[in-house]
Amino acid sequence: MINPAIAGTMESGDIMIEIRDSENKGIHIELESTVMNQFGKQIEKVIEETAKACGLENVDIIAKDKGSLDCTIRARVTTAAMRGCGKTEFEWK
Amino acid sequence: MINAAKRDIPQDVLEKSGLPLYEEVNPKLGPRETMALDERLSKKNKILPGLEEAIRQVGLKDGMTISFHHHFRDGEKIVNLVLDKIAEMGFKNISVAASSLSSVHEPMIEHIKNGVVTHIETSGLRGKLANAISHGILEDPVIFRSHGGRASAIKNGDLHIDVAFLGAASCDPYGNASGYTLDVEGDAACGSLGYAKVDAQYADKVVILTNNIVGYPNMPCAIPETQVDCIVEVESIGDPNKISSGATRFTKNPHDLLISQLAAKVIEASGYFKEGFSMQTGSGGASLAVTRFLRDMMIEKDIHASFALGGITSQIVSMHEEGLIGRILDVQSFDTVAAQSIKKNKYHCEIDANFYANPFDEGSALHQLDIVILSALEVDTDFNVNVLTGSDGVIRGAIGGHPDTAAGAALTILTAPLMRGRMPTVMKEVNTVVTPGSTIDVVVTDQGIAVNPRRPEIRERLLKARLPVTTIEELQQKAEKLAGVPEKLPFGEKVVALVTYRDGSVIDVVRNIED
Repeated sequence: MINPAIAGTMESGDIMIEIRDSENKGIHIELESTVMNQFGKQIEKVIEETAKACGLENVDIIAKDKGSLDCTIRARVTTAAMRGCGKTEFEWK
Repeated sequence: MINAAKRDIPQDVLEKSGLPLYEEVNPKLGPRETMALDERLSKKNKILPGLEEAIRQVGLKDGMTISFHHHFRDGEKIVNLVLDKIAEMGFKNISVAASSLSSVHEPMIEHIKNGVVTHIETSGLRGKLANAISHGILEDPVIFRSHGGRASAIKNGDLHIDVAFLGAASCDPYGNASGYTLDVEGDAACGSLGYAKVDAQYADKVVILTNNIVGYPNMPCAIPETQVDCIVEVESIGDPNKISSGATRFTKNPHDLLISQLAAKVIEASGYFKEGFSMQTGSGGASLAVTRFLRDMMIEKDIHASFALGGITSQIVSMHEEGLIGRILDVQSFDTVAAQSIKKNKYHCEIDANFYANPFDEGSALHQLDIVILSALEVDTDFNVNVLTGSDGVIRGAIGGHPDTAAGAALTILTAPLMRGRMPTVMKEVNTVVTPGSTIDVVVTDQGIAVNPRRPEIRERLLKARLPVTTIEELQQKAEKLAGVPEKLPFGEKVVALVTYRDGSVIDVVRNIED
């Protein structure tokens, strides 16, 4: 990570992801969600998997969710990670 | 015995009859008045100087049941005013039986904590009050009733009202009360007083609160003077601009419009869309918006409705004014246009909740309904509907006339998006059953239409019209595929509310939510 980065919005159906370097080892997720009771664990799992897939190791991730789907979560985490790393070459799936 | 008219009335006849002897001045009636009307209006009337005097005069006691109407919805001001006064006067253990409650009634939380209010009966609860009750603040479970269920419970005595405190937009000095003021444009009107009319008819005592005392006789009226004990003048009874906030707002959401357009096509193909049909639209974005598409279809095919029922909106009013709808039967005016229409449109008729929805009366208007379009928070694969608790398990809605009209109408159409954000609307089991699936015929979503297997003929007609018919199971699976399977909600063991069906039976309970 070069700098802290944000992706996403606070609109309904979206999730806002903020990633910054952490002094502690591992990926630390702080999640707020409108569907915390029903999908909190699943959302955290998708964030963590996506962050790992992006190659992030020691980061704090602050996530504010407004009922987003898994595909949206992956897109927002990936975008925030790329912005944080200053990466501009996109690997389209 | 010689009476005051100088006639001889035999003593034994008098005693046998048990009737009193005529006197010139009956002590209960007082001497004859010879004041002119204008003088009488100001000197002899039912107006009391304040709420405290009214509460004393009607003899309110600890443990009594008081009632309110919710025609101003989120702009309602009487409940808080009256409960504050009752608390100040030191009453305890009061049962509040409102036709509904909303976010604006948050101050009731304090009255519950202080033991002033110990029981609630209502159609709905929203906002912080609903949240507190879902977390178990009230020892006694709330009793939820539909509008028709409440009216019949009041009529048959299951719900006995000791004192009704009813806001009226105008009232004369003897109690003829109305939800609007005649001859005044743009007054603070709520329109129909359909729910309040039942309270006034059956409550032991009736207090009218009004911001507008008008000359006698305030006719036509919703509540006649014969049912009114006293009148209190207050600064404001409610804000009409807040009537159409929330559930009755007219949608611009393209998602909702897509669903409502599809619902209109379902109506067209259903077999019930013919000259003289009758209809109702429930609150909620998509169901209200159906009228927009229905109107075009009616003009195109030269079809007219005999009547529109229920919560009345500006769209229904304009279709009536265009000659597309013969009569409007209005138990509740859903916006200011509807509230103003009652006074100018001769065939915009105000009806009470028993006329509207009493389940035990074959004549109830909803038993004559062809089509009703309703909305839902959740619907399950048995077609059961929840309109009361949110996806987080917290109370956040109202039963309203949902189960009444679903049972009453010949064709019940439910409109709902397949998902709201991540939350599936179509699911295996709803959190709370409010309306039984046996009374829901068609579910219209943005991802397809499901027809209840109890109505195979409707399914055939929709397929013939090439509408996107699928099954309720397929819709449920589609939603689950997108969202995943939600985890179980943290419900506790305490029952915080009983959900009653229109006939007064218990159809479900709501348990407390633990954080």
